[in-house]
Amino acid sequence: MKFLQNIVEKLEPQFEKGGKFEKLWPLFDGFATFAFVPKHPTSKGAHIRDGVDLKRTMITVVIAMIPCLIFGIWNTGHQHFLAQGMYAGLGDGVLEKFFFGAWRVLPLVVVSYAVGLGVEFVFCIIKRHSIQEGFLVSGMLIPLCMPVDVPLWMVAVATIFAVVIGKEVFGGTGMNILNPALTARAFLFFAYPTKMSGNSVWIADSENLRANVDGFSGATALGDLASTVGIDKTSETATAVMSSFGNDGFYSMYNSFMGFIPGSIGETSALACLIGALILIGSGIGSWKIMFSAVVGGLTMAGIFNLAGANAFMDLNALHQLLIGGFMFGVVFMATDPVSAAHTETGKWIYGFFVGFFGIMIRVFNPAYPEGMMMSILFMNVMAPLIDHYVLQANIKKRQKRMVIQTA
Amino acid sequence: MQELVNIFVKGIFIENMIFAYFLGMCSYLAVSKTVKTGVGLGVAVIFVLGITVPINYLLENYMLKEGALAWLSPSFAEVDLSFLSFILFIAVIASMVQLVEMIVEKFAPALYGALGIFLPLIAVNCSILGGALFMQDRQYATIAEATSFGLGSGVGWFLAIVAIAAIREKIRYSHIPAPLRGLGITFIITGLMGIAFMAFMGIEL
Repeated sequence: MKFLQNIVEKLEPQFEKGGKFEKLWPLFDGFATFAFVPKHPTSKGAHIRDGVDLKRTMITVVIAMIPCLIFGIWNTGHQHFLAQGMYAGLGDGVLEKFFFGAWRVLPLVVVSYAVGLGVEFVFCIIKRHSIQEGFLVSGMLIPLCMPVDVPLWMVAVATIFAVVIGKEVFGGTGMNILNPALTARAFLFFAYPTKMSGNSVWIADSENLRANVDGFSGATALGDLASTVGIDKTSETATAVMSSFGNDGFYSMYNSFMGFIPGSIGETSALACLIGALILIGSGIGSWKIMFSAVVGGLTMAGIFNLAGANAFMDLNALHQLLIGGFMFGVVFMATDPVSAAHTETGKWIYGFFVGFFGIMIRVFNPAYPEGMMMSILFMNVMAPLIDHYVLQANIKKRQKRMVIQTA
Repeated sequence: MQELVNIFVKGIFIENMIFAYFLGMCSYLAVSKTVKTGVGLGVAVIFVLGITVPINYLLENYMLKEGALAWLSPSFAEVDLSFLSFILFIAVIASMVQLVEMIVEKFAPALYGALGIFLPLIAVNCSILGGALFMQDRQYATIAEATSFGLGSGVGWFLAIVAIAAIREKIRYSHIPAPLRGLGITFIITGLMGIAFMAFMGIEL
């Protein structure tokens, strides 16, 4: 550390006003404060009035995502080998699975960070403000919410879109209206649907596997479930799908909770998401109100579907609904984004509830988009300012009433 | 009854006037600076759509459509007046908007001032005529269905304008790059909201 500090101190004059690389100050500042506590106070951008500055906040969130990342790396390898019938046991070939997963997942992470931070640096230098750390989180979220087979250039394009259109045009970190990571995902989802949904993207090398392995499906739990919508629930296909959600099936409650199922890289394991949630709630960074009310909202909608029971998808156990797909990941890491979520405390309850509610609803009603969670969070991001507005108005009215009573 | 609810919900979310068809954009962009005026214009649009679509439905089915005049006398069964539909629809809409304008001026003068020219301009708002033409195109079976479609579309438009108004109030103090301030950023927000509303596209009701 001392060695690093010496380098930083030696280089500093060159980047300060009048130095050789004056224009690149934001770049230097960004790297220096990444490692050391800055000497100068924050003057612009999003503020959190706390001993923890924005950079530490963001790093805490990244730490909370580490379990998801590690599990995602292992699971990428696990699903790939499982499809070939190799290393079927959970304890078998752990190293191979990690190695294969890292080989597939880490490039996504690197591309996302390199492109995203590159765009941020360019904007910082043009606009002459210090680097805003918001991308630290988005850069990790983007690869975690992508299917593993997505081409790297698509990740790059989506990241540029998310950072420029989703964030920088609004003035940078803290000003955006939609969650940048979800903007990137939605952009790819609508621009290149074949690479973001369907049966060929969730397991590494799906195309090869389909050609060489008999009975390879490559679908996700949600994809299978969506195929039961619109057919009789007693039909053969529907019962076959539902049996895989039974206690011994591939998508059993236990497997879904632990995350031994195909899906986007970081989203499969509810357990890893829960560890992340504990870190976020414990450090006070993520709002427990949003997480709690989103789970309540999801259970409510799934409960209503259970009662209706019109098709096999609706019959799925409400708790099981929350464990498959991106529900937990979305609730913990996406919905709680303090910028795009509702800001008022009452608003958070309403916002969270409808995130869960719409998430399950879209997933069941809309066979084209089994990943309802992404869309529902984006939709509620759009509605959050409206919720805040009316919560504020209600509060103003309440206090005005109190004033009248006191003065009278 | 089920069918009516479906048409209503479809009008709000799935076939939203703004985000699915991009109709009625001019007043949507211009009057969405504050939630208050947005609500005012939104309610006016709900009212106008809710009244004009059923009236136009009656016109369409008892006057304009081929053979619609058969109730007068069997000899009119061949008559097709549908070339008149644009003019008649617009006439109905314009008179309804006059009515709304008088009501708003009388009961909410402040809102009348805030809405300014855009209140009379509802008469040429594409979403209103669009509502009438969609009604003609989709051939709803009963007047109740047409009414429910009109009200649903109106509520969808209302939801869109209040949502963007709240966002615009929220970003008022953002450091938006100077060339994008005002209309530019509003277009971008509309596009992003369109992405979010695509959640509902493709739902079959």
